[in-house]
Amino acid sequence: MKGLSKSFGDLEVLKNINMEIEKGKVVTIMGPSGSGKTTLLRCLNALEEPTTGEFHFEDGFHVNFNQKLKKQDLLTLRRKSGMVFQSYNLFPHKTALENVTEGPLVVQKRDQQAVIEQAKRLLTKVGLQDKMDLYPYQLSGGQQQRVGIARALAIEPELMLFDEPTSALDPELVGDVLNVIKELANEGWTMAVVTHEVQFATEVSDHVIFMDGGYIVEQGTPQKVLTNPREERTQQFLQRILRPSL
Amino acid sequence: MFLLNNTFVFTITEGTAGWELIKQAFWPMVEGGIKYTIPLTLISFAVGLLLALLTAVMRLSRSRIVRAPAAFYVSAIRGTPMIVQLFIVFYGLPNIGLTIEPFPSAVIAFSLNVGAYASEVIRASISSIPKGQWEAGYTVGMTNGTTLRRIILPQAARVSVPPLSNTFISLVKDTSLASLILVAELFRQAREIAARTYEFLILYIEAAFLYWIICFILTVLQELIERRLERYIAK
Ligand SMILES: Nc1ncnc2c1ncn2[C@@H]1O[C@H](COP(=O)(O)OP(=O)(O)OP(=O)(O)O)[C@@H](O)[C@H]1O
Ligand SMILES: [Mg+2]
Repeated sequence: MKGLSKSFGDLEVLKNINMEIEKGKVVTIMGPSGSGKTTLLRCLNALEEPTTGEFHFEDGFHVNFNQKLKKQDLLTLRRKSGMVFQSYNLFPHKTALENVTEGPLVVQKRDQQAVIEQAKRLLTKVGLQDKMDLYPYQLSGGQQQRVGIARALAIEPELMLFDEPTSALDPELVGDVLNVIKELANEGWTMAVVTHEVQFATEVSDHVIFMDGGYIVEQGTPQKVLTNPREERTQQFLQRILRPSL
Repeated sequence: MFLLNNTFVFTITEGTAGWELIKQAFWPMVEGGIKYTIPLTLISFAVGLLLALLTAVMRLSRSRIVRAPAAFYVSAIRGTPMIVQLFIVFYGLPNIGLTIEPFPSAVIAFSLNVGAYASEVIRASISSIPKGQWEAGYTVGMTNGTTLRRIILPQAARVSVPPLSNTFISLVKDTSLASLILVAELFRQAREIAARTYEFLILYIEAAFLYWIICFILTVLQELIERRLERYIAK
């Protein structure tokens, strides 16, 4: 990704962002509230259309946002990533299983039997084998978020995007969701995760991006950014979230 | 012209009164209800809903050129009396060589009417679905149209049922206006018999009672539909 910027009206929320997400690697994005983390993630699958910038993919596909985005490119771009939302956004009128099968069946028109098999496998993987026929309102937050993860995986994306997947959850439910994400990391999924969980980020990520005020302030390995941050703003931020009582 | 083809009505004459009159007037009215009031309501509502859906989607479009005609239509229908619309279709259009029978005239006017009012209901319920639902649709790869059809409308339908049921029940009652353009519906029958017997009070109360029964049945149906649509919502 090169020279990405995004403005809402006069407000420039992302400023000349350059980053790379390597295949099979996990990138975590951290930073204070309002720094543009969500916006960055949403740009990655064009839920927000960047004002300027380019994406290049390994397979040669590329989009240039300086020109008007073509509908076909938009759909191709979305097809490449699966999004897990902070507030789950499950389809309330569909069961857990139907939530997962919706994309593959309706959009990708894959074989129904195979899709259902795959959905069951994914739901089992996230620990919901006995909740498949329940509606979202019958599930806890943590369970809903795990359905959200299965739904995103089902479209077989190249890149998984997570926007603070645990911040709407009660503390005792956070672990289940983080474990699922860790497992995905071990399986070699390429992922970009926005999170405030420093410990989780240290364990799971290959690359950490620290953002503030729409800029990337610092990026590198977790050791570099989280353990021995060079920038003052990173240090301050880490101090604040590691010792929230101060 | 479309005249009362109901000979039964004419056997009731001045002097018939009380229970006898109520009994004799009952079948012509029920027949008017079954042959005209109910079909007129059902057809107009179905056509009107399709119009309403189209109009609502047009009004939510990003393009002004698409929005404008829909907004014009809704404004024109909501800003003019139903009875005037009926008269324009039935009595007015013949002046430009377009003569339409009473029943189809009524269907046209009522469909246009339902289309305008229901489009506002549908538009509001589409807007009430959180933006995150659209986005969730996009992220599993759906286009705007597919997201609308698969994700948004099923949820909007649930929100729409109570206000649309009200539109429907109003429509049942409004069809009595079709009596003014010679449709032999329930109220027209009541008026015919009343004109013959001068028993206005009894006959109009009887007509009112029949409308009430229809609306009561509809209210029960409405509750059944609402309960069915709410099965995926926390109680
Ligand atoms: N649709 C929008 N219209 C206008 N401004 C927006 C919009 N979305 C986000 N912003 C602004 O962009 C900035 C960055 O927002 P963003 O949601 O990306 O922050 P964040 O880093 O995810 O914060 P948090 O940690 O609180 O989730 C904020 O100042 C926000 O007000
Ligand atoms: Mg955010």
